[in-house]
Amino acid sequence: PHAGPADRKNEAAMSELVPEPRQKPVVPMKPTGINASLLGYIGIDTIIEQMRKKTMKTGFDFNIMVVGQSGLGKSTLVNTLFKSQVSRKSSGWNREEKIPKTVEIKAIGHVIEEGGVKMKLTVIDTPGFGDQINNENCWEPIEKYINEQYEKFLKEEVNIARKKRIPDTRVHCCLYFISPTGHSLRPLDLEFMKHLSKVVNIIPVIAKADTMTLEEKTEFKQRVRKELEVNGIEFYPQKEFDEDLEDKTENDKIRQESMPFAVVGSDKEYQVNGKRVLGRKTPWGIIEVENLTHCEFALLRDFVIRTHLQDLKEVTHNIHYETYRAKRLNDNGGLPPMTVETEENHESNM
Amino acid sequence: QNDGYRTLSLSGHVGFGSLPDQLVKKSIKQGFCFNILCIGETGSGKSTLINSLFNTNFDDPVSTHFLPSVQLRAQTYELQESNVLLNLTIVNTVGFGDQINKEDSYQPIVDYIDAQFEAYLQEELKIKRSLFSYHDTRIHVCLYFISPTGHSLKTLDLLTMKSLDSKVNIIPIIGKADSISKTELQKFKNNIMSELVSNGVQIYQFPTDDESVSKINTIMNGHLPFAVVGSTEEVKIGNKMVKARQYPWGTVQVENENHCDFVKLREMLICTNMEDLREQTHARHYESYRRCRLEEMGFRDIGPENKPVSLQEAYEAKRQEFYLELQRKEEEMRQQFVQRVKEKEAVLKEAEQQVQAKFEHRMLMHQQVKLKLEKKKKVLEDEIAMFIEKKANAELLQSQASVSTPVVSLKRDKDRK
Repeated sequence: PHAGPADRKNEAAMSELVPEPRQKPVVPMKPTGINASLLGYIGIDTIIEQMRKKTMKTGFDFNIMVVGQSGLGKSTLVNTLFKSQVSRKSSGWNREEKIPKTVEIKAIGHVIEEGGVKMKLTVIDTPGFGDQINNENCWEPIEKYINEQYEKFLKEEVNIARKKRIPDTRVHCCLYFISPTGHSLRPLDLEFMKHLSKVVNIIPVIAKADTMTLEEKTEFKQRVRKELEVNGIEFYPQKEFDEDLEDKTENDKIRQESMPFAVVGSDKEYQVNGKRVLGRKTPWGIIEVENLTHCEFALLRDFVIRTHLQDLKEVTHNIHYETYRAKRLNDNGGLPPMTVETEENHESNM
Repeated sequence: QNDGYRTLSLSGHVGFGSLPDQLVKKSIKQGFCFNILCIGETGSGKSTLINSLFNTNFDDPVSTHFLPSVQLRAQTYELQESNVLLNLTIVNTVGFGDQINKEDSYQPIVDYIDAQFEAYLQEELKIKRSLFSYHDTRIHVCLYFISPTGHSLKTLDLLTMKSLDSKVNIIPIIGKADSISKTELQKFKNNIMSELVSNGVQIYQFPTDDESVSKINTIMNGHLPFAVVGSTEEVKIGNKMVKARQYPWGTVQVENENHCDFVKLREMLICTNMEDLREQTHARHYESYRRCRLEEMGFRDIGPENKPVSLQEAYEAKRQEFYLELQRKEEEMRQQFVQRVKEKEAVLKEAEQQVQAKFEHRMLMHQQVKLKLEKKKKVLEDEIAMFIEKKANAELLQSQASVSTPVVSLKRDKDRK
């Protein structure tokens, strides 16, 4: 009982009368309604507060994955981001300790709270990535894991009796750690990002950026951006998902200037100028992690947590998950139609 | 509650406390939807109340009492307050309670509500769907207008509310409450509530699980049904212009809490519980509709041997079913087509034969007539030849006679002859 677009245009927005009873009633269309001017305060804007309260009560899930070769500081960085031991560092293993033979996926979840907001944070580590002699297809276990989470969610969503709140284990953000070689991206980096940027939000970061001078950093970043562009790798925030001009200008700046973020992580504090700061102590000085002149950690943190956290989740849900779902249902022959008349536009049937 | 997750404490400021703000910012960008259904008899004060609630004059034409059946009229408006954009849809019942036979009165309403759920479900089931930009038309709240008789509910009221209480949040309202005195009002309210309870009608309860609103909501729950008076006309009281109804014996002020429950209704409906109404619609009523609908279609979460049916199996099975059906229909159509072609061919062939026969007959006729004509022609020609000969002879004779004898001897010739 869908009216075609031509029909909808012709019907006045003012009133739609349901024909006789028992016939399928007309569904009101998108509002082309009157802009009613208010003559006095009603209280509609209180819905913001109502919504805020509701979300605080339900809490949030956030799942972040870190990918990169061993020793690039992944765990340290995540711990610095979330100011707690959310990821256990593989503290200087030696050759005797096992290097994973294949890529392992380790997901560890914690609950953290700030300002009345409860967050269930899951950090997904990928030890063994890029560490073997032959690293062919080492992204496959990672892609498999990501798709498995989509599958889990889909299964829950398709149930007849559904949970009130489907647990969200989907990967919202994947931090990819680039070695600070100063030259260019490695073939493995390109291969991984090419494959995975299609299924998950990838945020490339340059690890251990304290090995580069400012000039080297700028040049390296430019080269990396160029290489990513040449190879058609769309990292988050993806150009095609900018919702409006405001988003576009904000994101353009991030895409073309700030990213990839050159970061340094640390969980140790030192005294600098009378303040206690997170940093790395070297013979030639203390690198302050949250000092923007030293490294871009603060930019990454603000980007991922303070401004784009919700957006990361929404892009994952509205785009990556939907893509997975559509593909999955198409492969399976699709969902049967609810009524026989649904033959027109969409491919919900063969 | 935390599913065995360890709680960690933060050693510094992280910043995800801004998450609700990020979410709210996005919601504001998208705008909010709110859909109200007003059920009540013609003239029960629905339109006036809505106008009063939203401080606007929604142009709603007055309807007659003589409609043959109940119909629903939906209108959508965009209201803006500070930076909040609200897409408000008001659905009014037209002709409710006017018919002599009211048996079918509530059915169009039920159908309408179901149709909105159905539309959402269809969207949700599509392969390529866009739920986040879907214009939600599901009814979030139903304001049921009870006539201010002062006694109790009408049978129609009970019947209608009972058929709707599992599909929509119902808030019962006593319309045009200025015709009831205070003492009668409390008795009336008590009667209504006890009747609802004894008939098992589930009306919407303002939520009491959140401490910040539980107190006020509990109090308000006790004031149901709200006795309201609506007015878009303003009267000067003291030095202010207020919405009121002016009578010879006094003025009923809409926003005076001593006069009616209008302020309570507005407070509960809009300022406190709008979001909860939307959530209940989605999480409870819609889910229940969806469950029934999918089960109707033959989907199960548990298979025949009590094993959970996998997604793939269910879809494969349905797909096979529909594919076979499609093939059968195709075959049927093909057969029909072949049959029709044969028949047509036969008809055409026969027609051809007929035409051929006619043609031959005509040819024959033509030949015969031609022969006849030729004979006649011959005869005629012979006659002409004979006549010419005779004519020639006659002329010859005549010319001979006129040469040999003068005119006088004509008598002698005549005598001799």
